[in-house]
Amino acid sequence: MQQIFNFLFKNSILLLFLLLLGISLTLTIQSHSYHRSRAVTSANAISGYVYEQVNTVEEYLNLKEQNEALAGENARLKKLLFNTQDTTNTPPVKIPEAMGNFAVIQSKVIRNSYSVHENYFTINSGRNQGIKPDMGVVSSLGVVGIVENTSGNYATVISILNLKFKLDAKIKKNNHFGTLTWNGKNTGFAQLIDVPRLATVQKGDTIVTGAESKIFPENIPIGTIDKVYMDKKTNYYTLEVRLFNDMTSLGHVYVIENKDRDEIIKLEEETTNTTNEQ
Amino acid sequence: MNIFRFILLLALQVIIFSRLNLFGFLNPYPYILFILLYPVNGNKAGLLLSSFLLGLMVDMFTDSGGTHAVACVTLAYLRPTFFKFSFGLSYEYQTVKINERLSPERFSFILISIVTHHLILYLLEVFRFSLILDVLIRTLLTTLFTLTLCIIIIYLIKPGKQ
Repeated sequence: MQQIFNFLFKNSILLLFLLLLGISLTLTIQSHSYHRSRAVTSANAISGYVYEQVNTVEEYLNLKEQNEALAGENARLKKLLFNTQDTTNTPPVKIPEAMGNFAVIQSKVIRNSYSVHENYFTINSGRNQGIKPDMGVVSSLGVVGIVENTSGNYATVISILNLKFKLDAKIKKNNHFGTLTWNGKNTGFAQLIDVPRLATVQKGDTIVTGAESKIFPENIPIGTIDKVYMDKKTNYYTLEVRLFNDMTSLGHVYVIENKDRDEIIKLEEETTNTTNEQ
Repeated sequence: MNIFRFILLLALQVIIFSRLNLFGFLNPYPYILFILLYPVNGNKAGLLLSSFLLGLMVDMFTDSGGTHAVACVTLAYLRPTFFKFSFGLSYEYQTVKINERLSPERFSFILISIVTHHLILYLLEVFRFSLILDVLIRTLLTTLFTLTLCIIIIYLIKPGKQ
């Protein structure tokens, strides 16, 4: 017994080091896993408050830019409004109401990151504003990320510029599907992989979110095709997508909730379960 | 003094240095000065615990999982070894002061510490063997950046005895 205590006392620093190293390594490995969200995030009251304060100062520096972006969006929406036909003149065409059931929450990016391989940014709305994990985040130009962690008033969002980011996307022109990922190299480009070979792809075609996505509504813009490669191993196309958003400067964003998401997931799970049993 | 340094360096790191993004990817990490400037004969367990906490706080702010915590704890544990390497075996009996005039010994100590910290940090942050070249480039460039900043900060906070 005495010897055990002696040993513990003599090596107390080493043991403390190993303990702390163990804890931090666990946190690190956990954060790299696809299926578990991180334990330590900036979605909490302390860092949220600090970043909000910093953001109020920084906001003044790019006020003009933000105003222009919002004015541009207004102009686009006005164009849509003015070009809509008068409802009294149009024949009563019944638009099916079950096209989707989406809610939109306005929010603001208070911290952005684009310098590492797994980037997250923080927005200033959280559970109290109705934000939940796995909601989509878009700006006026297109997709920017998916909510990962939430706290009372803040949420962290997994950015397109993250090796863990995956999203169903399609070529707008011909509806061929692929998966949008990022290779960690350039902040202006993402990659659309696994596009079938029979798809006709052309430089300049628009990439939008696909109908398979349970997070985003269909047809939200992502970017345009910049280069086309053929993956030698899989014989699928890999498309270099030039993003519409400048991911290095994000301001106002909208968080999209798909109210039918749980229902869809539950239904799909039930289906796969029954087919497995048979 | 230590607590003051802890908070000040953490605040500077989070508010300014982590948001620099020089050339789109370079962020210096001068907050590790806290570990380097910790008293030579100070409480070792205290250093380990405070380094862990410091790393964890930076992780919390920058959403980096636990990478900074690992790098900081390792650096804090290896610090005596680096002292021995740079200042010779008898470092404990001398009054080694890091924040004095820059001698080759001090320079080598700061350099080794920064390289160790950054290498661990980027290895864990990238976490993919396919990107090992990227890790090395980032380590090299960030080390230069952090080193410059550390030396500037040390000169700035040099206690004004004269």
